[in-house]
Amino acid sequence: MLHENICEKGFLDEQFVQLEELQDDDPNFVEEIATLFYRDSSRLISNIEQALEKSPLDFSKLDNYMHQLKGSTTSIGARRVKNECTQFTDYCNAGNGEGCKRTFQQLKKEHSTLKKKLEAYFQLARQIGPVETACRPK
Amino acid sequence: MVMAVEDRAADRPRSSSGELHVLAVDDSLVDRKVIERLLKISSCRVTAVESAGRALQYLGLDGEKRSAVGFDVNLILTDYSMPGMTGYELLKKIKESSTLREIPVVIMSSENIITRIDRCLEEGAEDFLLKPVKLSDVKRLKDFILKGQGEKDDGDKGSCKRMIQHDCVKSSPCDQSSTPLPCQSPPSVQPPLKRCRMLNVD
Repeated sequence: MLHENICEKGFLDEQFVQLEELQDDDPNFVEEIATLFYRDSSRLISNIEQALEKSPLDFSKLDNYMHQLKGSTTSIGARRVKNECTQFTDYCNAGNGEGCKRTFQQLKKEHSTLKKKLEAYFQLARQIGPVETACRPK
Repeated sequence: MVMAVEDRAADRPRSSSGELHVLAVDDSLVDRKVIERLLKISSCRVTAVESAGRALQYLGLDGEKRSAVGFDVNLILTDYSMPGMTGYELLKKIKESSTLREIPVVIMSSENIITRIDRCLEEGAEDFLLKPVKLSDVKRLKDFILKGQGEKDDGDKGSCKRMIQHDCVKSSPCDQSSTPLPCQSPPSVQPPLKRCRMLNVD
């Protein structure tokens, strides 16, 4: 099942469950948040991409962008993307440009994978109605 | 985003109706939406702004002649890391203001940094919430604020904070790592506010 898949594989964590529990009388809430998240994060990823092309790298700027990105991923519960953010920040703090670039590729992959999964999930949720949630509470 | 609130001057609903008016400050749109939702579900009235500057405007502290704006704010919930003015700086400005210093300020942050938390509490923050903020955090805050307003007693309002500081801040050496600080709150007191959450015990 798609729902279990999203959470069991670690794409989304408990925070996503919390968001779903907030839906209540607003069935579009989570989807709204996801949309905002993608708008926000895509912009940041694009900024980071540009910044990574500069030489020498401005680690402080990169760290700043990543901090914002990490914030958003935390709010939506995008665990895997968040982990890549943390990894990136570590490399950033160590001044390891190569590490940053490598991790960034991974981050983009996770970001886009999650997007597909969420899109599929919302589509399914629309069909099923508010009964199912992505992650069964423990 | 600053709303025209002259019409609110007439009513000063210091939560006599039980409804809190919360000013939420966060530069992240996603976070603002989530916080707004959490607050609305908790039956609070929300004004969400994107920066400390906007918040000061709304509160009438931006150097312009104080209007009635922001008189009915019962709680300020602000992110710590914001471009321009940080939540900490906003906190300081509010506490420096003779007219606004009574409004409880709560700081939110995605980073669990002990020295940061201490600094905020010492500067007068009521609490420090680790993001992602949960519904239970908001409910607890709300209860605390409403109780404080009902009693309207300075001694009481300070007690939670002093308790936190006494139990948690001084008990262990501080370091920059995110190792949670063990928090021994006396069993007779409802675990106040923030510090104990760092244990991630839910």
